[in-house]
Amino acid sequence: MEEDVETRKISSSFLRDHSYATEADIISTVEFNHTGELLATGDKGGRVVIFQREQESKHQPHRRGEYNVYSTFQSHEPEFDYLKSLEIEEKINKIRWLPQQNAAYFLLSTNDKTVKLWKVSERDKRPEGYNLKDEDGRLRDPSMITMLRVPVLRPMDLMVEATPRRVFANAHTYHINSISVNSDYETYMSADDLRINLWNFEITNQSFNIVDIKPANMEELTEVITAAEFHPHHCNTFVYSSSKGTIRLCDMRTSALCDRHAKFFEEPEDPSNRSFFSEIISSISDVKFSHSGRYIMTRDYLTVKVWDLNMENRPIETYQVHDYLRSKLCSLYENDCIFDKFECVWNGSDSVIMTGSYNNFFRMFDRNTKRDVTLEASRENSKPRAILKPRKVCVGGKRRKDEISVDSLDFSKKILHTAWHPSENIIAVAATNNLYIFQDKVN
Amino acid sequence: MFLTPVVPHWPFYNLDTMFVRGLKRKCFDGEEDIEGTLAGIKAIPSYNLQRQSLLDMSLVKLQLCHMLVEPNLCRSVLIANTVRQIQEEMTQDGTWQMINTQSTGQASLDRLVSTDILCRSSREQAEGKHVPGYSTFNKDFESDQAQDGSETMSTASSVQAPRNLQSNVWEMENPQENKGNFQKSLDQIFETLENKSPNSVEDLFSEVDNSYYDLDTMLTGMMSNTKMGHCDGLETFSSPTTATSSSNCKSDLNELDHIVEILVES
Repeated sequence: MEEDVETRKISSSFLRDHSYATEADIISTVEFNHTGELLATGDKGGRVVIFQREQESKHQPHRRGEYNVYSTFQSHEPEFDYLKSLEIEEKINKIRWLPQQNAAYFLLSTNDKTVKLWKVSERDKRPEGYNLKDEDGRLRDPSMITMLRVPVLRPMDLMVEATPRRVFANAHTYHINSISVNSDYETYMSADDLRINLWNFEITNQSFNIVDIKPANMEELTEVITAAEFHPHHCNTFVYSSSKGTIRLCDMRTSALCDRHAKFFEEPEDPSNRSFFSEIISSISDVKFSHSGRYIMTRDYLTVKVWDLNMENRPIETYQVHDYLRSKLCSLYENDCIFDKFECVWNGSDSVIMTGSYNNFFRMFDRNTKRDVTLEASRENSKPRAILKPRKVCVGGKRRKDEISVDSLDFSKKILHTAWHPSENIIAVAATNNLYIFQDKVN
Repeated sequence: MFLTPVVPHWPFYNLDTMFVRGLKRKCFDGEEDIEGTLAGIKAIPSYNLQRQSLLDMSLVKLQLCHMLVEPNLCRSVLIANTVRQIQEEMTQDGTWQMINTQSTGQASLDRLVSTDILCRSSREQAEGKHVPGYSTFNKDFESDQAQDGSETMSTASSVQAPRNLQSNVWEMENPQENKGNFQKSLDQIFETLENKSPNSVEDLFSEVDNSYYDLDTMLTGMMSNTKMGHCDGLETFSSPTTATSSSNCKSDLNELDHIVEILVES
């Protein structure tokens, strides 16, 4: 992005605003498809809502590219595991789109235990004039038919249907945290706390286990898998991150079970910052390859780091997301906020990275200019098509006007999920149960 | 999400100033007004007590997991690692000592507000007088049992060897038949706590009746009665099981020494 991040003009259009918050509507994942035409959200109630970008029209230039609801369906239902007497939440943990290969759209959605492949297709014509049945569908008496006709397709109101095409179940003992589509478009992986499985889209009754970090004795468990992703171009390469702040890159060509990594990324600990919370805040909550495939970005509790795949011993860039929380770690541990899992995203050109924070703030970092900005996703503080104002958190001492002090931050308003359009400056930000879409202003 | 029932008004900010390791101990003034009684008292919690408080908090977090849904394994692992780290350090320091026996069942508020004590006058603390910290469970719980004849766990018949902390916390693979039952009764007990948002701490504890305090007393009391084993360290704090059905909170809590017995894994 060439413009100065701090002064970029951003217009905003708000969608999916609810007047009141209901638990089921808490958004748990946001994802653009490969063209950016569609935006999918999953929520805690197991629903998927897909938005579609309107075609640009000369007659209504100000409505350029607004996203409207395209399809809504119930992806997962709550289940009960009778063996363990435990509920399985229907919350959608992740959605990943498949690249479009025909008129229909395909996406993977997953809860803690089951991955489903959904087909979303349009229907705008229907056949009329059957011989053996009425328009209502009732069967006609064959003896009453005196002539044959050929059914014809007649236009109808556009209908978007979502049908589950595959259900990939019973392969995960632990909770699925990531899914990733391989660049071969034939396979994908699903990762839970201790294992990663490789699936073929066509085969639902078996999967290959490619990573297993479960110790023989569970008492020795000290580390879990927190996120995993395939390389965007090399179908044999993937990475997974751990709760100890490490990233492992694996090559599936070396062996069937990729327990031995090809590369191991870990930054040495800073002894001056050591505390009882060091490990917890080093736990990586998200890992993302850059579009180029050259870098990976990781998010831990206080920072975002960019790593060069060719250098394992430390990241090439580290960005402080909300370092003012470093002195509050005990409180955040006590109220469990320290375990919040924030995601991070690249923009289309890998020049800007974005991640969320508390108080409905989200942060963008321009890797080239090293500038950063804090913005807020809230109805009160921005109107539709208004430019977003940069926010600032003041750490101590005098608080300037418009600044917010650390102690006034609302830790229940956290932005965990964001998405960036693959080629344009359009971002989607999920703030609890509200979805905000921001785009660059049209001049 | 739950809140530890240890201190009525958890002094958020004060704790944070406490937990900067290696730095000079900070003096926090009475601005936070932790308790009415502490107003104006300047307290410098010792590092040991800070550490103890963190240990207490972590152990309670581990024990109270979500009732109906499987607890988050990542969170459990991170908390357990923190506990282990504290334990290792305490072992090195030699502060991991046997606790003098104290009778269980005393509903002494002093005991339960162990963290509150940390925030009290520095005089007591500076003398190196330790608030009795946690010791480990030992195999023999019989001495702790409050024998008042209420129903006990139907499943925890014989005393079991202490299980490792971790395996109890996240061994999900073996069906834990009792887990669901215990969790339901714990659920009754802590229903109020769990339904509250974390911001309403004060409201939360204003409603808490003594039975909650008893719970914590039972836990601390029981643990303090046990003998110590070095490596037994934190093997415990299992997710306890119980099959008590309809007893009221109070009697449930009195039976907690049965309940908090080490979880059997078949």
